[in-house]
Amino acid sequence: MRPTRYGVDDTPVFVIDQSRCIGCEACVSACMECGTHRGQSLIHLERIDRAASTQTAPMVCMHCEDPTCAQVCPADAIKQTEGGVVQSALKPRCIGCSNCVLACPFGVPKYVAEVDQMMKCDMCTDRTSEGYAPMCASVCPSEALWYGTVEEFHATRPGALVDNWLFGRQSVHTKVHAVVDDVGGGPIDVLGGAATGTWLDDPFGLDEGMHDRSGGVVR
Amino acid sequence: MARPPLSDDELIARFGPHLNEAPPGGWDAGLEIDRVVETHCCFCGQQCGIKLKVHDNEVVGFEPWYDFPFNEGKLCPKGVKRYLQGSHPDRLLHPMERDPSAPGGFREISWDQALGRVVSEIQRIQEEYGDDAFAMLSGVSLTNEKSYLIGKFARLALHTANLDYNGRFCMVSAGVGNKLALGIDRAPNPWSDIPLADVVWVAGSNIAETFPITTSYIWRARDRGAKLIVQDPRVVPLARTADLFLPVRPGSDSALFGAVLHTLIRNDWLDHDFIDAHTVDFDEAAAAAADMTPAWAAEITGVPAARIEEAAELWGTSATGMMLHARGIEQQSKGVDNVLAAINLGLATGKFGKPGCGVSTITGQGNGQGGREHGHKCDQLPGNRDISNPDHRAAVAKVWECDESEIPGKGLPAEAIIEAIHEGSIKGLLSICFNPLVSAPDSNFTAEALDKLEFYAVIDFFLSESGQHADVVLPGSLHEEDEGTSTSGEGRIIKINAAVEPPGEARLDWQILLEIAERLGRGEHFQYDDTHQIFEELCRASSGGTADYTGATWERIEAEKGLFWPVPEVGHPGTPRLHEGGRFSHPDGKARFHAVPFRESAEVVDDDYPVWLTTGRVVSQYLSGTQTRRIAGLVAQYPEPLCEMHPRLAERLGIGDGDQVTVTSRRGTITLPAHVVTTIRPDTVFIPYHWPGAKAANQLTIRAVDPRSKMPEFKVAAVRIERAGEGAPTTDQRDFDLHEGSA
Repeated sequence: MRPTRYGVDDTPVFVIDQSRCIGCEACVSACMECGTHRGQSLIHLERIDRAASTQTAPMVCMHCEDPTCAQVCPADAIKQTEGGVVQSALKPRCIGCSNCVLACPFGVPKYVAEVDQMMKCDMCTDRTSEGYAPMCASVCPSEALWYGTVEEFHATRPGALVDNWLFGRQSVHTKVHAVVDDVGGGPIDVLGGAATGTWLDDPFGLDEGMHDRSGGVVR
Repeated sequence: MARPPLSDDELIARFGPHLNEAPPGGWDAGLEIDRVVETHCCFCGQQCGIKLKVHDNEVVGFEPWYDFPFNEGKLCPKGVKRYLQGSHPDRLLHPMERDPSAPGGFREISWDQALGRVVSEIQRIQEEYGDDAFAMLSGVSLTNEKSYLIGKFARLALHTANLDYNGRFCMVSAGVGNKLALGIDRAPNPWSDIPLADVVWVAGSNIAETFPITTSYIWRARDRGAKLIVQDPRVVPLARTADLFLPVRPGSDSALFGAVLHTLIRNDWLDHDFIDAHTVDFDEAAAAAADMTPAWAAEITGVPAARIEEAAELWGTSATGMMLHARGIEQQSKGVDNVLAAINLGLATGKFGKPGCGVSTITGQGNGQGGREHGHKCDQLPGNRDISNPDHRAAVAKVWECDESEIPGKGLPAEAIIEAIHEGSIKGLLSICFNPLVSAPDSNFTAEALDKLEFYAVIDFFLSESGQHADVVLPGSLHEEDEGTSTSGEGRIIKINAAVEPPGEARLDWQILLEIAERLGRGEHFQYDDTHQIFEELCRASSGGTADYTGATWERIEAEKGLFWPVPEVGHPGTPRLHEGGRFSHPDGKARFHAVPFRESAEVVDDDYPVWLTTGRVVSQYLSGTQTRRIAGLVAQYPEPLCEMHPRLAERLGIGDGDQVTVTSRRGTITLPAHVVTTIRPDTVFIPYHWPGAKAANQLTIRAVDPRSKMPEFKVAAVRIERAGEGAPTTDQRDFDLHEGSA
């Protein structure tokens, strides 16, 4: 069983494996239960292209080492903790301009009109500071969101952990790790093409001649 | 005539469903937590462990229960939000009687008046029409203790044969198939076997949306290199990553399984030693599959022959493998055939009784497993005993301290009870946590039936759509208000702990039943001070049966975080994996192959109704939605039913994404938005069934049942589809902001 409370000498990491996401939104519901922002979810779920796929992606703040959102903030409202967690815009400073929303390469920050402030995932400070996994990673039924030490990860799951990203010419290093098949663990080229499985190109065998019962091939 | 006293809109205004948006006191209440109760989710058959936070007799939040071994803190959105069903504005707080002149159509009455009327109507109907003219229907989200009590209550207090449970609409085809082939009605493996499988075959189960935590078990198998096969008319979320997808046409699963068996035999991918030592009747099954070639099956199923061959090779050449099947293959008029054909594949390759091997059903309802063991099925007594077997009857009569002749015989199954009400031979009904108006097929027929009842009483905690037809409403208890046990889909008996007491005048379900029994003059059989005493009697009554709970105690269940039945004696460790060493539960210890020739569904497409309809669940809703349609976040996630269809079908019919479409079967018509997606077969549409009235998918479904299990055919019907009007596209990325209800 995976440990769920970590001591001061442990260095757990937050891991996203989008290939495991089943789109259930347990993370979105659970985020709302976090003590520091109860009633508001700071994580969201993207449906990549529902017309063509059931692929979904939970979106948490990647907690960049040098966050673009903070770079573009004219009010200097976005701060990092000593541990590298990028925080939501500070209430007294945020002017609601949404520069951060537009600039984030991952599409994470959201402007919340009701409070005229940018808010986003703060990696469940109330839980992680106590040694517990963030609420979303605690409940995630498919472990697409996962929290633990790198050693635990490699002991229980395949794939490489990647925290370097290429957005065209912009290189980004994040505190949150993504899982990729490539054992090399090189940067993820976000603008590069994605491969699909063989049957995914023709799930219903239409090109192979699938027949319906009302007469004839469904074409 | 048990007709709703007011219009739908008027009843909804009074009884809901209204949305509970936030916990007691609001999100920022900052309430001090009095205690944290370790218990389980009230929804699906996974029965995940969860800790409920309690303040002043109200459940105000939850914490993940990391130490519970099945789910290790994981929850789906229903589990996360389940605590919001407590302190709900729709909660029934007082006994009521139908009165069209009263605000909301029901007036509050005292418990004495309510119970007095229920008892007098039972007595009147039984004196006038006979004992069996009063029927009972019960739910499978109830604890084992309540399931057991209801079985005894119906037989000894009501003295009716006509008791059945809503597992008749859910798990019963798997139960019949398992008993026929394996001699026992339980998933043969603990879920911890899934990660040990080299191939995992998911047949007719949208695991990501109906059994979400099981996904992590399948991912763990894949982490070891296991191959994943998904068999479904839709590219369900799990299928997206499958190694092999079998896009089977609704109603053709047994043809697919038969072709796989044919291929296994042709290529000799068989475990001959296992077949010879541990099974009988292989030759009959093989003969039935002799002509079921992949090419033949491809014509029927729509699955390319090459993929059928590939599935057979993956399954037949893997050292270990597990098949998980669910309602997709079971909710058919040949659901038992499908289950038997699936089990044939496990037996032929020796995939039983070993780590990482088995063919398992996934139980849909919370206590789908335990609920079908303890005697509230029309054909069973406690311990999974046969109500028609004299020895079984005698064993239970001894525990019940009654004469065997006092126990009625086999009664009608649920759908037949509804039909008997419709044709007038059943005049009175008591239901508990059962909403047939939404969950039974052909809902217009069901509504007509309920209207015809001379007397209808319900025990429930919200006024369901069926409850709106009631003459008397008895406010019962929520899951978190009572103590007992439940048995999860993997056969693990778990402990349900009470977190709060029923509010208002609501009472614990079992206490209501005891009071009715007392007033019926049968109180001597129902002397319990608490549900622990009921459990102890249940254990005695199950002793010697296949579902043997003899050695289970509440203390052990809690201490060991669950106990797998059978536990045939005190000190027995429980039985996580059945059939170890190839020993099956038939008297000779051998499993049975079955010949499964293909036969068509009760209704097939034709020129008038040219499209296949299949129904099912979405992740944010549960069964008839009585609970989940009342929780804001879950409703926001999937607010109304959509009709999923492929672009080829949509184009042929001139339908755009989001357009309103009218779907018509021989039973009814509904209009709802089209959801045009390439993830469904072009000849099939899918509609989730959780909604009532004008949005009820079950207006369209057919009352045809499996001849052995009496399971209705929810998964196959013929429909026609017409564009009804414009609508907004449904497939745009949703406009997420950070607020509840925006999704």
